[in-house]
Amino acid sequence: MERPEAEPFGAGSPDSLPEDEPESPGSPAPPEEPGGAAADTMMDDCLLKKIEINVSEAEKRTGRNAMNMQETYTAYLIETRAVESQTEGQCSPPDSLWRRYSEFELLRNYMLATYSHIVVPPLPEKRAEFVWHKLSADNMDPDFVERRRIGLENYLLRVASHPVLCQDKIFYSFLTQEGGWKEMVNETGFQLKADSRLKALNATFRVKNPDKRFTELKHYSDELQSVISHLLRVRARVADRLYGVYKVHGNYGRVFSEWSAIEKEMGDGLQSAGHHMDVYAASIDDILEEEEHYADQLKEYLFYAEALRAVCRKHELMQYDLEMAVQDLTCKKQQCEELATGTVRTFSLKGMTSKLFGQETPEQREAKIKVLEEQIHDGEQQLKVKNLEGRDFVKSAWTDIERFKEQKNHDLKEALINYAVMQISMCKKGIQVWTNAKECFSKM
Amino acid sequence: MSAGGGGVGTPKALPSSGPKSLRDMPHPLAASSSEEAGAELTPSPDLLLPRSIADKDLSLPNGTPVDTSSPASSSSLLNRLQLDDDLDGETRDLFVTVDDPKKHVCTMETYITYSVTTKTTRAEFDLPEYSVRRRYQDFDWLRNKLEESQPTHLIPPLPEKFVVKGVVDRFSEEFVETRRKALDKFLKRIADHPVLSFNEHFNVFLTAKDLNAYKKQGMALLSKMGESVKYVTGGYKLRSRPIEFTAIGDYLDTFALKLGTIDRIAQRIIKEEVEYLVELREYGPVYSTWGALEVELAEPLEGVSACIGNCCTALEELSEDMTEDFLPVLREYILYAESMKNVLKKRDQVQAEYEAKLEVVALKREERPKMPTDVEKCQDRVECFNADLKADLERWQNNKRQDFRQLLMGMADKNIQYYEKCLMAWESIVPLLQDKPETK
Repeated sequence: MERPEAEPFGAGSPDSLPEDEPESPGSPAPPEEPGGAAADTMMDDCLLKKIEINVSEAEKRTGRNAMNMQETYTAYLIETRAVESQTEGQCSPPDSLWRRYSEFELLRNYMLATYSHIVVPPLPEKRAEFVWHKLSADNMDPDFVERRRIGLENYLLRVASHPVLCQDKIFYSFLTQEGGWKEMVNETGFQLKADSRLKALNATFRVKNPDKRFTELKHYSDELQSVISHLLRVRARVADRLYGVYKVHGNYGRVFSEWSAIEKEMGDGLQSAGHHMDVYAASIDDILEEEEHYADQLKEYLFYAEALRAVCRKHELMQYDLEMAVQDLTCKKQQCEELATGTVRTFSLKGMTSKLFGQETPEQREAKIKVLEEQIHDGEQQLKVKNLEGRDFVKSAWTDIERFKEQKNHDLKEALINYAVMQISMCKKGIQVWTNAKECFSKM
Repeated sequence: MSAGGGGVGTPKALPSSGPKSLRDMPHPLAASSSEEAGAELTPSPDLLLPRSIADKDLSLPNGTPVDTSSPASSSSLLNRLQLDDDLDGETRDLFVTVDDPKKHVCTMETYITYSVTTKTTRAEFDLPEYSVRRRYQDFDWLRNKLEESQPTHLIPPLPEKFVVKGVVDRFSEEFVETRRKALDKFLKRIADHPVLSFNEHFNVFLTAKDLNAYKKQGMALLSKMGESVKYVTGGYKLRSRPIEFTAIGDYLDTFALKLGTIDRIAQRIIKEEVEYLVELREYGPVYSTWGALEVELAEPLEGVSACIGNCCTALEELSEDMTEDFLPVLREYILYAESMKNVLKKRDQVQAEYEAKLEVVALKREERPKMPTDVEKCQDRVECFNADLKADLERWQNNKRQDFRQLLMGMADKNIQYYEKCLMAWESIVPLLQDKPETK
């Protein structure tokens, strides 16, 4: 079915749409059409300028899976609202629909296959990793669901603000079209485009002339991944220990209070100091919960490293294919020459068979040469196409990589500042609590 | 102080409390045989006197009028502190310091000696200044001698003699320093004591060139008190132990228990901090490693790494301070509670002896209407013991309050300083993180 919103970002997006926006009742444009409307006015701007995206809620659901087995999963409410209508003051209610994590995954897989030259934004982790032991690793844990909700929203915002990805039709209908979306994705046949070799992570392809820039980038993404995962692991341990230090102080609260019962002058001071120790011990919960957001920011880049590597990998494969094609062509050319001149430069099976079973007739040879020449011609055409593809890939991939680098530097700097601010607030809390406690001790 | 109290209790019953005691009890060895101390006490039924003290004690445990138990405003707190200092300054004419530990390696043994320096204006000393070297054994000898010759007094504790072998190196700098501090505290507490500081063994300990000669002399003499202590074996139930001593016994049990818990908590915190430090030391450099991969982020990441390094240093200082300053004081007070329980036990024994004699007399009352002198003497000894002990307890309570106030405030201060250092480190890198985009 050809729904108008299917190609709101197509080259010639319909002009009629902006005028008959929400109010026009008989309009063929469904209300979830703001993208199309805005697309007309700000063609090359990103989707985020036109609609507001929120993942506002998470809900636990029970359903039946493909095997008709009962399963529990979490669904997330995606709300979209046209920015246009808001500024006009007619604040229309947001359009909303529910998606589950596996649908986000499908969307991302589709993007990976379709936009192999782009560093596709990663999804939040499927299972909680690198968490300090007090946090539950349970997928249904409310804290985990909440952090994932934030992560999924962040993912949608990343895609919506990406210059290329935001124009994707499938993405747009992911946001706006609840039913039939999966079928639509599958119709694109993205799975066919997906290079299965990309998934075979360990296989190495010997590329003769690798592009130095991509080799370096691949190396960088490996290192980045390893350093961030190391950082996250140690951070989780640091959080564990810090938690211990604070919580053990809570024991002072109890013992000071018990001790105060047998003291006269010291009693009051001890009792209230004990209260401050309780406050101190309790303060670590919020501190570490906040720090978990910092860890999530780092985690995003841990997964981004993977996406970056996928681009490098794709480039490597293209280069490999190109080189194989060149090799094949050279081989065919040589065969052709051999047939034409009748000389066999190297030992070959063909040479042996011809010796054993006698020479071919000239007609046969002619036909063979003809077939080979055709193949060579095709091969040269293909090579041209591949070269062109490769050049295009490098060009667009590098543009996106540059964009990614900028985004990364900006985001991580922001994350580090937030981290420092968090630490500062923790220190201030510590100073406050101990100053209060000191006040109590001084009255003893 | 006990202003007439209730019943027969005389004001003289508490002569040794407060700074006056110095003049009231000039002879430190009077405890077991002093006639004059005993003579001044009316031979009253032992039920009444201690009761009055007990009531008094519960309401004003420190005896001194400056120490009100009402929550002090900051000005009255200041007053109290100044007064305490004044009182201390008045009586202080003997200053003892333990320092300069030296290791001695002989063929037979290896040990540490400490320099014990004395400065005094007291007439009991021939010179104003002495400096001798003593080893732990000598301190131990002194403490035994004091316990022997001043059985009615609370003798400050020595640091534990035996440390678990292998866990602590007895000759390590930290161990020696911790012990030096504890020995210093031990001598200072004796020097500040109105009775113990006049003990002849203490004098000998501070001044004798050759302490071993004195040690050998002492072997032959067995104190009278030692014999009398053996008089009653355990298991005898006192008929009328003064309530205050029962209360103190209970108090000490709880006190030691709570301190034990605090000691365990403090050790656990230090352990957690050390483990936290280990992780933090790994954590910081990871940012450096990352920084090496980056161009624009290199500086911010390096900054975070350096900042975590600073926090490590601050944390290390904190846990070292707590190990060196906090734990030893807790240990001292745990041992103090132990010493005190021993003295209380001795007191009970003296009273038991008296009660036993009293019973015998009661049976023979028809024959001899008048109290035999040895029973009276015995009663005097109980009174005297009670008075001495009460004074020491008051002194101890006072010291304890001050020591713990100082100790806990110190703990708070150390933590505040730690957080201030970390705060400074983090605040200093914020501009580094923020300025970057502008310079770009």
